[in-house]
Amino acid sequence: MITLSHFIVLGAILFCIAVAGLFINRKNVIVLLMAIELMLLAVNINFVAFSRFGHDVAGQVFVFFILTVAAAESAIGLAILVLLFRNRSTVNVAEIDSMKG
Amino acid sequence: MIDPNLFQLICFYVFSTVTVLSALAVISLRNSVHAVLALVLTFFSTACIWMLAEAEFLAIALIVVYVGAVMVLFLFVVMMLDIDQERLREGFVRFLPVGLVVAVVMLVEMLGLIGVRVMHAQTLGANPAGASNTAWLGKALYTQYLLPFEIAALILTVGVVAAVALTLRERTGVKRQQASQQVQVNPRDRVRVVKMAAEHPADAAPAQEPKP
Repeated sequence: MITLSHFIVLGAILFCIAVAGLFINRKNVIVLLMAIELMLLAVNINFVAFSRFGHDVAGQVFVFFILTVAAAESAIGLAILVLLFRNRSTVNVAEIDSMKG
Repeated sequence: MIDPNLFQLICFYVFSTVTVLSALAVISLRNSVHAVLALVLTFFSTACIWMLAEAEFLAIALIVVYVGAVMVLFLFVVMMLDIDQERLREGFVRFLPVGLVVAVVMLVEMLGLIGVRVMHAQTLGANPAGASNTAWLGKALYTQYLLPFEIAALILTVGVVAAVALTLRERTGVKRQQASQQVQVNPRDRVRVVKMAAEHPADAAPAQEPKP
């Protein structure tokens, strides 16, 4: 029998993998973007599970909106990445420091 | 005959194992193209898990929209950029312990928060959607959530415009058609009709002879 905790534990594991990915791939912007996608996926799994077990449609509607916003975000993120690579010839985060932040 | 509930549980464990392993591959593979392909596998097996939770519409939307559009966009960009893979891996070993410690601590905290034993009572009951998950979702989306739905459409439009505006590049030294200038052209600027007296062959003949 699948229980709610199965889904939530899976979401937590995926989220932690994504956080570890952010830490160990600090140089590569593309992998950072993919780790963000993984985080959104983990959150979506939780939303779907709560919607199913809580008998509420709002969770699945929110997953729909999260997918929309994530698609727009990755399109703009990749456009910025292409622009960055065209101007600086690198995707290394350590070398993108012209704003001195 | 195998118990349906047990079969469901076995399917869940298989799909979640594939999901977790491919997510680990995403963050650890050396080649970015392979990492994107591993991410596609992650999304696909997550869609299978959503199918188990009877969220059919979102599972199909995840495959069609996310795997079919966004991941292909990722693949295009990754293959287009000529990336020096080795230099990007420099800090991998150095940051590995920090990342592992943070991830494990977070996972332990989350599992403690979830309280795995407490929620075991919550089992998969009757499907709230009834017969059709898509109808259930669509009814809510087009009545209660109509305004957010239209804002989502607006966000997508803004995303498209922003992506094109960011990557648009004015090339110098390229000749191309400019329709607005072509329409605005005045015929008198191009052809000038000159009034002059008619010429007579008798007068013109001596002029053609070569001069000594």
